[in-house]
Amino acid sequence: MVSTEPITIRSTSARVFKTLVRILVYLLLIGGSLMYAIPFVFMVRWSVMTIGQFYEPGLIWPIPMAWENYSTVWNTGPLLWWILNSTIVTFTASTVGVLAACLVAYGFSRVEFPGNRILFMVLLSTMMLPGHVTIIPQVIIFRELGWLDSIVALIVPGLGGGAFYIFILRQFFMTIPIELDEAARTDGASRLGILFRVIMPLSKPAIATVAVFSFIGNWNEFFLPLVILNSPDRLTLAVGMRYFSAGQYGAQMHNLQMAISVIAVGPIIVAFFLAQRHFIRGITLTGIKG
Amino acid sequence: MLFVAPWLITFIWFTLGPFIASFYLSFTSYRFHDFPTWIGFENYTRLFTDDAKFVRSVLNTLYYTAVHVPGIMLLAFFVALLLNQKVRGQPIFRTAFYLPSVTAGVATAFLWIVLLQPNGLINQALGLVGIEGPRWLTSTAWAMPALILMSFWGLGTTMIIYLAALQGIPQHLYEAASVDGAGVVRKMWHVTVPMMTPAIFLTAVLQIIGSWQVFTQALIVTNGGPRDSTLFILLHLYRTGFEYFQMGYASAIAWILFVIILIFTIIQFGFARRWVYYEGANER
Repeated sequence: MVSTEPITIRSTSARVFKTLVRILVYLLLIGGSLMYAIPFVFMVRWSVMTIGQFYEPGLIWPIPMAWENYSTVWNTGPLLWWILNSTIVTFTASTVGVLAACLVAYGFSRVEFPGNRILFMVLLSTMMLPGHVTIIPQVIIFRELGWLDSIVALIVPGLGGGAFYIFILRQFFMTIPIELDEAARTDGASRLGILFRVIMPLSKPAIATVAVFSFIGNWNEFFLPLVILNSPDRLTLAVGMRYFSAGQYGAQMHNLQMAISVIAVGPIIVAFFLAQRHFIRGITLTGIKG
Repeated sequence: MLFVAPWLITFIWFTLGPFIASFYLSFTSYRFHDFPTWIGFENYTRLFTDDAKFVRSVLNTLYYTAVHVPGIMLLAFFVALLLNQKVRGQPIFRTAFYLPSVTAGVATAFLWIVLLQPNGLINQALGLVGIEGPRWLTSTAWAMPALILMSFWGLGTTMIIYLAALQGIPQHLYEAASVDGAGVVRKMWHVTVPMMTPAIFLTAVLQIIGSWQVFTQALIVTNGGPRDSTLFILLHLYRTGFEYFQMGYASAIAWILFVIILIFTIIQFGFARRWVYYEGANER
């Protein structure tokens, strides 16, 4: 009986402590997420400002908005071509690449063939190989194939699936019970049929994850197109944007840089929001957690 | 075998072949429009005895890696812990933290150029707490910290991997720890961290590989300057190979980069046995 009192005191103080911790957690989350998201709002804000308004104290939003930044950007470079090129590269490389990754992952997870294990080890080790080590001979190959200054060089190497994506999908395919394959086989399904009608529908979250990674990667890819592409109307958006690098104009260009950044970032953010539910689930379910 | 053919073909054609070829090219003098001439170890000798910029670029990249990798892992771990607290609106917070990783590239670089101006948003924020911010991008001492600061904005993927791992820790382990009288700190140290080691190991390997290959920020935000203070290995490789067209020499740089990353990766795998805990590994 005597001992109940200190315990209640302790539990009240524990409750107060818990509430304080919760408040702290929320404060940190709100503050932190603002720090991560607010710069995008500023990007849009700056994109409709004149340079003079950038550091004007007390100005929250410019009125009237300087939409002419966008028309200047549009008229400075062949923006339509850049967007078109980026779109072609991203869509072809991502869709065909992810499909190929599914095929290869299926091969590594379900089909026994000689050298299976060794090839998988090779695949894993290429994930450790920095892509840039091979860049110079790659450029020579592209030259021999006549792909210099062409987006073909950006698409074809990725059509094999990509080691990291294959790895993620293979790990996920391994968790699907083999009994399902056997059931489908007794129903007369071919190997491809099993992949398309059994494995892939069950792997939607993993495929979404890989597709998002691939989409983002292709859209933002910078090094390879920088090295390969040359003519103004053959550039991708990521490389074309470089025309707006400060150079001799210095700070005069900041609003134009923001305008083209909004154009470049817009599609990828929209795509991410569309896919994000599957994407997050996919990461939780796949073996990416290590 | 047919199923793995797409990967195998592109692997041989665009990875294995170029990998071997670049090793050969690193022992030649090759200017892209002529034939490679064999010069033995000359490129490698030049790298270490007669190319101050290369040595500088290695040290710069090492500096970046040494701060960026532990920094981003701690930060991502902390954010993942916060997000794992069963908070309301968790998806919104998660998206906010992940967003910068979606837009990585030239647009991010442009944005940070503006943020890092002497009277830009970051220095204004520092001013609010009474700190006078440095001239980030034009100072040899502050340009590298500026790029590292910028890199912390891209913690999204690491954070998501940690969050997934945290959610995968079985609840009964925490209950058992509570029964044994463990407090918050001991639960963290004896349950959370050990169960997270595979994820920590994975992200450490990936982050180190990535951080040795920093390029876009260095080219767009600082262009290696001021006075080579942000000259990274890859930027030096790019200039040597694709601006001066010394492709044999650039191949030697590429191979040094490869060996550095290989050594780091091997060391990490070597130590992994001592600290990475794989659930059920004993039964196997």
